[in-house]
Amino acid sequence: MIVDTLAEVLQKNALITAFVFVGILVWFSYLLSARLTRGHLHGSAIAIALGLVLAYVGGRVTGGDQGLADVALFAGVGLMGGAMFRDFAIVATAFGAELEALKKAGGVGAASVVIGVVLSFAVGAIVAVLFGYTDAISISTIGAGAATYIVGPVTGTALGADSGVVALSVAAGLTKSILVMIGTPFVARSIGLDNPHAALIYGGLMGTTSGVAGGLAATDPKLVPYGAMTATFYTGVGCLLAPSILFLAVRALVPA
Amino acid sequence: MVIYGVALLSFCMLTGVFVGDLLGELIGVQANVGGVGIAMLMLILLSNLRDEKFSLGAPTEKGINFWSAMYIPIVVAMAAKQNVVAAVSSGWMAIVAGVAAVAASFAMIPVLARFGRGDRDDR
Repeated sequence: MIVDTLAEVLQKNALITAFVFVGILVWFSYLLSARLTRGHLHGSAIAIALGLVLAYVGGRVTGGDQGLADVALFAGVGLMGGAMFRDFAIVATAFGAELEALKKAGGVGAASVVIGVVLSFAVGAIVAVLFGYTDAISISTIGAGAATYIVGPVTGTALGADSGVVALSVAAGLTKSILVMIGTPFVARSIGLDNPHAALIYGGLMGTTSGVAGGLAATDPKLVPYGAMTATFYTGVGCLLAPSILFLAVRALVPA
Repeated sequence: MVIYGVALLSFCMLTGVFVGDLLGELIGVQANVGGVGIAMLMLILLSNLRDEKFSLGAPTEKGINFWSAMYIPIVVAMAAKQNVVAAVSSGWMAIVAGVAAVAASFAMIPVLARFGRGDRDDR
């Protein structure tokens, strides 16, 4: 009876349950960071990695596509980590960001978005060709998925791609966003990601809003507004370029 | 009042997302174009103006700074709701495509970072 009542309270107040759960997860992660790595690996990096592991477990247990949020008890995690709160918190980080850094990197920041879309698309398209795809529509859809997991299905739908290929493009985009979340703190030093200028370019090149949000949180939260700013333009630019110019380029290169 | 800050933040976000959706429709793509970025620009302009022309007041700023501080926990929750199973169980091609795209993009950062930069030691 006690267990049932408790479960009911936790599920009825899903968002509040999520606050407690994430609070404990973050606390535990900072503890691990201090004890096991002596602070070398950032606590938030560990928390994000643990979050992804739990998402895997949740997905395996429930068979759903919302990770841990598909477990009834943790449904609030889905709301707390959903696009609405994510974007709200990202906007809030802009408060107090330097206008000067933005002005100085404006041009190269904008260029980095276009270069980022074209680069990821090209790499994804080449991989598709290496794995034996020969038609321009499938190659373009997978290339678009390598940009972000939104650009992939938007492009696939626009071009009339096979639903299996669309699913693959989403998986490519998911892999990218997860890898950016986990990998950023490890490569940050060697790619010079330690100032607003580089963060603006990083956001533009990576483009995955979740990846950039997680990657910068785990590296240096002060850089978040700069990276997030350019990243939010990426999906729009990707949806613009991939089904049009980039698809035409693929079709010109691949014999029909 | 704290709610003034939260309301201001919300107003910026809604305006940005609205403009981003309009932009998307205008150029004919099924996506929001930079809505969050536009909202961030509004807030940055506001926070840079405030020192010279007006002041928001400490409680109002608290309403914004609270959500800024909630950023990392929200990102942790976001990580916990990702479709990780789909990413790792979809076969090698999707994983190779994703990994290669990230590697190429990381490698491009130092190349682009050289452009448009003022003083070298300027942070």
